[in-house]
Amino acid sequence: MTEAQVEELGRRLDAIRDRVVADRGQRDADYIHSIIRKQRYLEVGGRALLFAGILPPAWVAGTAMLSASKILENMELGHNIMHGQWDWMRDPKIHSSTWDWDNTSPAEAWKYTHNYEHHTYTNIVGKDRDVGYGILRMSDEQEWSPYYLFNPLWNALLATFFQWGVALHDLEAERIASGEKTWASVWPQLKAIGRKVRRQFTKDYIVFPALAGPFFLPVLAGNVTANLVRNLWSHAVIFCGHFPDGAVQFSEEQLDDETRGQWYLRQMLGSANLEGGPLFHLMTGNLSFQIEHHLFPDLPSNRYAEIAPEIRAICAEYGLEYTSGPLRKQYAQVLRTINRLALPPEKDTTPDPTTALTPTGSETPDTLAA
Amino acid sequence: MFKALVALTTPLLPEDYLSLVDPLWSTTELRGRVVGIRRETDRATTLVIRPGRAWTGHRAGQYVRIGVDIAGVRHWRTYSLSGPEGDGDITITVQALPDGLVSRHLVDATPVGSIVRLEQASGDFVLPSPVPSKLLMLTAGSGITPVMSMLRTLGAHPDVVVLHSAPTADDVIFADELRARPGTTVRHTSADGRLDLADLDTLCPDWRDREAYACGPAGLLDAAEQHWGDARPRLHLERFTPPTRSTGGEGGTVTFGDREVEVDGGASLLEAGEDAGVLLPSGCRMGICFSCILPLRDGQVRDLRTGEIRGEPGDMVQTCITGATGTARLDLRPAEETR
Ligand SMILES: Cc1cc2nc3c(=O)[nH]c(=O)nc-3n(C[C@H](O)[C@H](O)[C@H](O)COP(=O)(O)OP(=O)(O)OC[C@H]3O[C@@H](n4cnc5c(N)ncnc54)[C@H](O)[C@@H]3O)c2cc1C
Ligand code: FES
Repeated sequence: MTEAQVEELGRRLDAIRDRVVADRGQRDADYIHSIIRKQRYLEVGGRALLFAGILPPAWVAGTAMLSASKILENMELGHNIMHGQWDWMRDPKIHSSTWDWDNTSPAEAWKYTHNYEHHTYTNIVGKDRDVGYGILRMSDEQEWSPYYLFNPLWNALLATFFQWGVALHDLEAERIASGEKTWASVWPQLKAIGRKVRRQFTKDYIVFPALAGPFFLPVLAGNVTANLVRNLWSHAVIFCGHFPDGAVQFSEEQLDDETRGQWYLRQMLGSANLEGGPLFHLMTGNLSFQIEHHLFPDLPSNRYAEIAPEIRAICAEYGLEYTSGPLRKQYAQVLRTINRLALPPEKDTTPDPTTALTPTGSETPDTLAA
Repeated sequence: MFKALVALTTPLLPEDYLSLVDPLWSTTELRGRVVGIRRETDRATTLVIRPGRAWTGHRAGQYVRIGVDIAGVRHWRTYSLSGPEGDGDITITVQALPDGLVSRHLVDATPVGSIVRLEQASGDFVLPSPVPSKLLMLTAGSGITPVMSMLRTLGAHPDVVVLHSAPTADDVIFADELRARPGTTVRHTSADGRLDLADLDTLCPDWRDREAYACGPAGLLDAAEQHWGDARPRLHLERFTPPTRSTGGEGGTVTFGDREVEVDGGASLLEAGEDAGVLLPSGCRMGICFSCILPLRDGQVRDLRTGEIRGEPGDMVQTCITGATGTARLDLRPAEETR
């Protein structure tokens, strides 16, 4: 792609953004209000059913509803609201500066690591700390060490305790371990996480089970399960957003004098979509439209599905890869990469240091060479 | 008790769930439900609003800020309370402006059952206590609303002269009630012309001795201020000033907290503020992370990406992608802590 083409691409994407922004209105407001209502009914219903959790069908239904509620709350509500997608409504109850989510990661810290670090430096190894969460080896660019022999195990643990992993991620625990950060400097952050963790823990594992009296155990088990389901699901969706074959990783040189058009290009090539029906998209918080989300992180989530065909067509026009596939296929690729990167690199596959690109997949796109 | 409930609903508040049943059960966000509508004239409507329990009442002549969602976006405007002091339900009387966003919405598109946001009543256009023995009310158009609240509160107070103007008989809000009051003169300006304050000497010879309350278009109020001269302390004004609209232009003076900063054309508020040494929150500096938002208190700003001028008090402004257009005031305090 020529420089001029990249800039033209940028202008076309800007135009799509402007068009959606100008069109935001009642329909979108009704959408987010209805999701908020559904999530709260699901939560209240799920918790109520769990109180009858001594009966297996009630336990299963209650746990399923609570899991669905937590997934919606984290993904379609929390993630998207904290991106400022609904700030235009000027409703202080649905605003990025006031929203807090049902998660151990405090909103403020998460907005920094996610909205700022991850969305600004998407897939830049060494700058985007979502690459491996400081725990996994997710890129050839990360130096191998024997610790990574356990990559698959670390991944399984991260998936299981994902919300805790994210909280730790905010803390930049790996930088404390390496001595880059002192304990003292993270103390206020630790306290914020502690407060958040205490409240979350108390709610799910003490107060609600205790309220159930003799049915303490079924309620506790239901809550543990719901949190686990939410962790596994969000981990899967999020890892499928950037690490299937075809999603490209970049090195820091890419950032030098990056133009708006190049930034768009990096977001596009670094992300991957998931395919499924409307309910599937809702349950991923529309992160199944990861490409559209990365191009326009602050457009309302319900609009990604609408613009996706247009983005796909633009990609085709410029010969750019629009990585997309069903969850099971993409997740299998992610797991394969995790397994492959557990092992030390073979000599001949060492990335060429002169190129700004490190593909995780098999082909090397030459599209960014401009 | 409340604390115990919060433990069940964290990170939300109990009211976020209770609101599913009744939106008025909110303690952090004062709301009201429209429970009645009275058409006053072709263009003006009285809305009867039942406020949530946190409402602390109003004094006659005060106003309330009302927030309504139009096409998904919250807008706040100010309306005088037209009902007497002490009523449980409150009323506002809104006159639709031809191209008025909120007034037309309230008059034409707000059915019974609608929920509005409220702030507590405020304003010092109120009667002193004890109530002065002789009063003069000078009103025009929708300016009658705060005065009507006073008249309704005063009841049969013996000595109130009311001079009200409206374009035609059909435009007179509260016409029947006004006509029934002794001491009231209603003038139809399309037939009789505007009120000349020199006529006061005949309409109300002792106007200088009366505590006077005036509300109406800026022209009338400016003229009254002039005319009262030495008697100015006895004249109380309420202005329904239209919100100041910037006429565009580049750059301007922006106040961050208590620091005033000159911002020129292309610069973002973030850069300009930082250059002037103000500590501002920021992140990506390109409009994606929303780390940099600050609440707008006054004035308007310009979106540097689209050139669009926008903003109303209370709006959240992404300082990294907005520039100045005239004067504006931003709060350094991040958005109101709501939980
Ligand atoms: C203390 C106070 C009390 C008020 N009480 C009442 C009341 O009891 N009843 C009532 O109907 N209104 C009252 N207002 C006016 C009200 O707050 C709004 O300004 C008015 O309803 C117009 O809002 P809008 O959204 O419809 O118009 P906008 O969409 O904001 O404006 C539309 C057009 O009308 C112009 N405009 C805006 N406001 C006015 C105005 N007041 N006079 C002339 N032109 C204007 C604007 O410049 C613009 O060109 C009061 C205002 C104040 C400050
Ligand atoms: S600094 Fe990121 S949106 Fe303004």
